[in-house]
Amino acid sequence: MHLALVGTPNSGKTSLFNALTGSRQKVANYPGVTVERKEGFFVTPLGRQASVVDLPGTYSLRGRSPDEEITRDFVLGRAAGESPPDLVLCVADSTNLRLTIRLLLELKQTGRPLMLVLNMFDIATRRGVTVDAPRMSEMLGVPVVTSIAVRKSGTAELLRKTDEIATQAQASPQENLWQPLSVTELRATQREADRIIAATVSLPSRPDTWTARIDAVVLHPVAGLAILGLVLFVMFQAVFAWAQPLMELLSDSFSTLGQFVHQTLPAGLLQSFLQNGVISGVGSVIVFLPQIMIIFLFILLLEDFGYMARAAFLMDRIMGGAGLHGRAFIPLLSSFACAIPGIMATRVIDNRRDRLTTILIAPLMTCSARIPVYTLIISAFIPDQQVWGWVNLRGLVMFGLYAAGIGSALGVSFLIKFFMLRDYAPAPFMLELPDYKLPRLKSIAIGVYTRAKMFLQRAGTTIFSMMVLIWFLASFPQPPVGVEGPAINYSLAAMIGQVLAPLFAPLGFNWQIVVALIPGMAAREVAVAALGTVYAIEGGKEAADQIGQMLATKWSLATALSLLAWYIFAPQCASTLAVIRRETGGTKWMAITFAYMFVLAYAASLVTYNIAVALGAG
Amino acid sequence: MTAIDQNNAAPQMRLGLAKRGYSGVIHHLDADEVNSSLPALELESRLLELGFVEGAKVEVLHEGIVGRDPIAIRIENVTVAVRRREAMAVVVV
Repeated sequence: MHLALVGTPNSGKTSLFNALTGSRQKVANYPGVTVERKEGFFVTPLGRQASVVDLPGTYSLRGRSPDEEITRDFVLGRAAGESPPDLVLCVADSTNLRLTIRLLLELKQTGRPLMLVLNMFDIATRRGVTVDAPRMSEMLGVPVVTSIAVRKSGTAELLRKTDEIATQAQASPQENLWQPLSVTELRATQREADRIIAATVSLPSRPDTWTARIDAVVLHPVAGLAILGLVLFVMFQAVFAWAQPLMELLSDSFSTLGQFVHQTLPAGLLQSFLQNGVISGVGSVIVFLPQIMIIFLFILLLEDFGYMARAAFLMDRIMGGAGLHGRAFIPLLSSFACAIPGIMATRVIDNRRDRLTTILIAPLMTCSARIPVYTLIISAFIPDQQVWGWVNLRGLVMFGLYAAGIGSALGVSFLIKFFMLRDYAPAPFMLELPDYKLPRLKSIAIGVYTRAKMFLQRAGTTIFSMMVLIWFLASFPQPPVGVEGPAINYSLAAMIGQVLAPLFAPLGFNWQIVVALIPGMAAREVAVAALGTVYAIEGGKEAADQIGQMLATKWSLATALSLLAWYIFAPQCASTLAVIRRETGGTKWMAITFAYMFVLAYAASLVTYNIAVALGAG
Repeated sequence: MTAIDQNNAAPQMRLGLAKRGYSGVIHHLDADEVNSSLPALELESRLLELGFVEGAKVEVLHEGIVGRDPIAIRIENVTVAVRRREAMAVVVV
């Protein structure tokens, strides 16, 4: 049977989805739109195979954004290529039923078999909220079950009831009577919901004091901003410091594997392909898995805790000064992990201009794919020192690079507002601030796991094929027999690099860097692997040496800094550009993004290089 | 913007003008003269979906940093952040 999860944002829909399906999840897109389609699978106690789709959160079926349209069309069975759900599970946060019960009354009119899931029932009980579920079920005319997504047996009642509904004839859908509600009907449904809640729910005399206490500090005009800055600072120190041991372990494993291949296989093309193309190429990207997981860990923790909405609240007017909507904060923060989900997350912004501005600047946020490049160069050129007694200099440089990205994003946004979208009226900022909740560790773990899997799949497909291509470019044609010098100097890669090199020479880039920038278009982190391949092959027998050590001997500090500056802005990601094209509905904004980022990158590198040379770092 | 309905004895005000700590009850919604980028009907619908219905208890819990905007409002037991501009559509007593 097919189930669909519907609920308001913050209803705990996703943690219920994770509890039901564990890691049996499939993430794809709905056809024609870039709304994420999350489907999972499980088996009911009676052995029934069930699939469940986690629909985008919504307060009503009016469908005012592409996400909300998906939810509406899916429930009504109108979504292209989707069969209507056999059972709709309307998920509610038990501590906060008002808006969900109203949504449920609206869902009832669609005629689909429906069940209300009172999720996070344990939290409600702890806070002194009591719900008369049988009476509520009677008043609503739909089955009501309680659930505790985090506890092992917490979904037992839900599963049992699902089986019961599946075996009964009552599961047959009724006629769809739903129409978009007028304001009068909205009022009437909310009144009805309030009436049912008054009759079935008793709230504690004292509301949740923890949320109030935390908010008194976290939303305080001064302390709140300081905390936000601290959270971001800790996040980036963690990305650099905590991941280090794991990264060294991974890096050592790959070089051991490379050595093993080197010793086992006879010298020749196959040995070179496996060691230099495959192992050192893919290895140098997979090494960054720990950092990507840490970034997502932070983002998911903050989201689950309820802090993300607070950050949007704090940033709304500040970002408004730069022409951004408070809701843009979450997409932009997600862009620190990857611009693609970030750009996709801009769908929560329903004003087209606000959305467009956010999309244009999202790629300036330092995505995790830049981390490999930054890390490589920083560890090769910046000494591992403490400054002011407690700050790691490398971490500080990293923080500076992030700050430069954020600063330039705000600047660009301001310019867009000023020059391009001048007749601009700010769109409303209306956002629920959910009560704080302790993050659900299992749910977080599944979230991080899903992201890690996506990254590895990318490393296994796109990056692997780019690695093979760059190895091919760097190995063929082979040098004539008996000539001196590194083999790569005779290859296709060298030819391309040398053609483009004059364009990049003013930035201090040598032709090897230019060669690495080309496959870097597929994904930024590929540039690291490409540098590895280019230099490893050039280095012959010392292939397994650390790329960083090699770079430190080959590049000047000015070149390294110039490349860092380049990567703050570089439009170096074909997938991001493709997503921008899809989300804005045309090549125009994609071309604009590419052009403005290229110009910024070139200018920044030019300035950085020349200043560094003038200061004697050339 | 600050027009006060004189027909009723209780002093009414727009929620968008309320200070931190204010608490009251929603009297009615009036999105017509509000300077929002949304059409009046759409603004009213969204406010209703977030639970701003007549008779609901509201309290202004927090104010933003710049211009004391946006504001965090407790409606019954839900907390919602809105800008003052949009909160002007909510008339409270």
